[in-house]
Amino acid sequence: MTPIEIYIHIPFCVKKCLYCDFLSGVFDEKMQRRYVAALCTEIKYMAPRFQQSEVVTIYVGGGTPSWLSEDLMDEIITTVKQSFHVNPLAEISVECNPGTLSSEKLNLYRSIGINRLSIGLQSANDDELKELGRIHDYNRFLHTFDLVRKAGFDNVNVDVMTGLPHQTIEKLEKTLNAVTMLRPEHISAYSLIIEKGTPFYEKYKFDAVKQQAGMPTEDLPTDEESYKLYKFTMDYLAKKGYQRYEISNYARNGKVCRHNLGYWDRVPYLGLGLGAASLIDNVRTSNIRDIYKYVETSEAISAGKAVESEFSSPYAQTQEILSKKDAMEEFMFLGLRKIDGVARSDFQKMFGIDIEAIYGPILTALRNEGFMDAKEGRLFLTDIGIDVSNQVLAKFLLDE
Amino acid sequence: MDQSKIRNFCIVAHIDHGKSTLADRIIQMTGTLTDREMQAQVLDNMDLERERGITIKSQAVRIIYKADDGQEYIFNLIDTPGHVDFNYEVSRSLAACDGAILVVDAAQGIEAQTLANVYLALDHDLDVIPVINKIDLPSADPERVIEEIEDVIGLEAQDAPQISAKTGLNIHDVLEAIVNQLPAPKGDPKAPLQALIFDSLYDPYKGVIVFCRVKEGTLKVGDSVKMMATGAQFDVVEVGYFGAGQFIPCDELPAGMVGYMTASIKNVRDTRVGDTITHTNAPAAEPLPGYKKVNPMVYCGMYPADGAKYPDLRDALEKLQLNDAALQFEPETSVALGFGFRCGFLGLLHLEIIQERLEREYNLDLVTTAPGVVYRVHKTDGTMIELTNPSNLPDPSEIDYMEEPMVEAEIMVTSEYIGAIMDLCQERRGQYISMEYIEETRALIKYTLPLNEIIYDFFDALKSRSRGYASFDYEMKGYMKSELVKLDILINKEEVDALSFIVFSGTAYERGRKMCEKLKEEIPRHLFEIPIQAAVGSKVIARETVKAMRKDVLAKCYGGDITRKKKLLEKQKEGKKRMRQIGNVEIPQAAFMSVLKLDED
Repeated sequence: MTPIEIYIHIPFCVKKCLYCDFLSGVFDEKMQRRYVAALCTEIKYMAPRFQQSEVVTIYVGGGTPSWLSEDLMDEIITTVKQSFHVNPLAEISVECNPGTLSSEKLNLYRSIGINRLSIGLQSANDDELKELGRIHDYNRFLHTFDLVRKAGFDNVNVDVMTGLPHQTIEKLEKTLNAVTMLRPEHISAYSLIIEKGTPFYEKYKFDAVKQQAGMPTEDLPTDEESYKLYKFTMDYLAKKGYQRYEISNYARNGKVCRHNLGYWDRVPYLGLGLGAASLIDNVRTSNIRDIYKYVETSEAISAGKAVESEFSSPYAQTQEILSKKDAMEEFMFLGLRKIDGVARSDFQKMFGIDIEAIYGPILTALRNEGFMDAKEGRLFLTDIGIDVSNQVLAKFLLDE
Repeated sequence: MDQSKIRNFCIVAHIDHGKSTLADRIIQMTGTLTDREMQAQVLDNMDLERERGITIKSQAVRIIYKADDGQEYIFNLIDTPGHVDFNYEVSRSLAACDGAILVVDAAQGIEAQTLANVYLALDHDLDVIPVINKIDLPSADPERVIEEIEDVIGLEAQDAPQISAKTGLNIHDVLEAIVNQLPAPKGDPKAPLQALIFDSLYDPYKGVIVFCRVKEGTLKVGDSVKMMATGAQFDVVEVGYFGAGQFIPCDELPAGMVGYMTASIKNVRDTRVGDTITHTNAPAAEPLPGYKKVNPMVYCGMYPADGAKYPDLRDALEKLQLNDAALQFEPETSVALGFGFRCGFLGLLHLEIIQERLEREYNLDLVTTAPGVVYRVHKTDGTMIELTNPSNLPDPSEIDYMEEPMVEAEIMVTSEYIGAIMDLCQERRGQYISMEYIEETRALIKYTLPLNEIIYDFFDALKSRSRGYASFDYEMKGYMKSELVKLDILINKEEVDALSFIVFSGTAYERGRKMCEKLKEEIPRHLFEIPIQAAVGSKVIARETVKAMRKDVLAKCYGGDITRKKKLLEKQKEGKKRMRQIGNVEIPQAAFMSVLKLDED
């Protein structure tokens, strides 16, 4: 049996955060039920193709999956388990937001096999939470975290953000202190990106350009300041026993997120639900992004109607067949996000050619410039290489 | 045709005083054109000319006018370019005429270019009729302008037609003045042929179409002719005159006529403006006076932004050259910019026009290096080289001294801005010659200035410091010894040849500093620190630093949406493709151009 990961997208939120450009929106319970029914149809529709695969991780992301009522979550997980071969030790994660969980819900999560929770905190400062348009304050998070621990979850992630408007080292320290004090097993520390199509974009787009260009900014931290915030996070979390294993992810006692690591290692994954992406046999597929079209597709399939599609799945909106060149590029720019980088032997195994034959000059140049290093058959970014990862990773894109 | 019924004339004016509008009106009023045929401005038939409101290539038109005396007259109206870059072409156009109409704006009065053109016309022994235009403007003051014309130029102007070319008011007066006040041509149709070339045009079907004024003799179809300066010989295929916007063939052009000839001529260089056409068999004893080969005054490097377009650029330059004998180019290579051409132009306007035509008509994306003039480098071994590319400057140990081209500039300005304009000239290393008040509130200032100092943005500076009230004209005044140095730009310790230029040693520091500042703005941050240095010889005189990029915005990756991450990386990589690689530094194309505009802030 070959390993496969499953990603399930739940596109619902209580309220859209001001910086968020994820595929999600505010929908009532009626729509949520209709969507989950459609999702389960897709799960059952796709499953027969994967009878030779073993599901090693399931990740329910959003949106805010924890906002779904417990019977809907039950239905989703149960359907997956009934339709696929799920390894008994599979990592099953659910993204949660403070204020959307109760002990009943958490107990149900435990009973259906969910064994990892990821809680979106972002900041321990209420003024920052308000600025971000979050639905909760810090106290609400504390309450949720307490419920999570009491329900017996021993693999918990907390998300924090750096590079927030007006964020200072002091404010960041308060957040990091508040989080590490609780000893979650995992911390994701992402820096804020000002994305097009969000209220933050309208508010901060000029600042974002200035930040990028290293000029003085109005509200966002300058390039130099955000660098300091990011370095501070790294050092602080290291001191508290959190080991960085990927550019933005830290874990205690080896409790890494296996699902996310799978993305960087290019383990095949099947995305289910609205807009979800899959990588199966070097074909990358993205699902329909229009929620009505998505549920109608499922409803047509349930009704036994034939659904026409130019792609291998009626749920697909785009499909890209990756060439060997594409696959090699991805191997590098995804693999190098991991702190321990990529193994030469894996490259050889996957592509049947020595990595030096493809990337020799680039690797040599990057190593000479101090952005990469090599040890025990592995190639990885140095600290200064990680600092400018996009610049470095872009070098692994090959010419036609 | 009776010679006494021919009038060959041109219209001279300062830019914007209404020359082309009056020409249109004359053509319209003489009835050779219907209103429908009338484009907005018939004479300016290149798009670019219309947009810029200036006339680049001189053109001519033949019209028929039935005068008040009941006789029909042939008018050959020859349009002249209005810009100093094309001074020589103007002078040849004037030489083809017997008279000139001087148009003066009733509100603005006489300007520097008006004077220059009038003196040029008087130099060619043309009779000049003043015409006061734009009298419909509320600010028109014809009495003052009449006085000015009489005082400054010394032309009788009391009876000058007062017109509005725009509305057509009193144009008839102008037409009658042409008949009654301008002379008919002289010349013997039976004498040996002397025809002056005043312009030419390349036509893909007919070859070069030569515009000429027959001074003596007769030019006929089938004649075997020779260009007296270039020596080229041809058999005349067609002769004719100029309709409005079209060529009308005829059998012969007798003395006194203005017209054209074709002779399957492949190269405009064989038919230089100013040359004399004569018969091969019975040649004239000597050519008409005044021929000179025009040499480019301003040089710059032109490179295709996309190196693969080099052959396209060469083809485009060759095509433009067919119509423009003054444009010169030769291949050159730059370490920074790859393969391109060193191009020579009559002046900065000429340069800009060629650049725009290459970009617009030939769809080329260009990188242009800083324009420079032709320096004379006298070497210690006694030889002299004319330097058009700073990269070719010999080692300082081999240089005895250098000379730079000078101009004599005439600037007309209202008295309140005299101080500001003199300051400007002083800053540009000008040497004061004289100043005279041409009326109570206006003065004519004369300065000798290095050409190098006026090719960049002198005109803009002049306008801004005088709030638009100063006008300017210049003529070349030979070479003068000067303290010149080559300023090199080093990016990350590597000299970038395309950014080097020759500069007066006294301003080297200032320019070097500005260059560094400008380049710092243009060069994106890299993974390492990039020093930008300006150096004269081995001495660094200015330095800026592009700080190293410390941190990317860390992109998150979610829901397995790797495609998006890849797009981000691709965008990053794409951006670099549009840059020039110097050592390990990527420099945007725009950086090479931005240094041309050092004085903008």
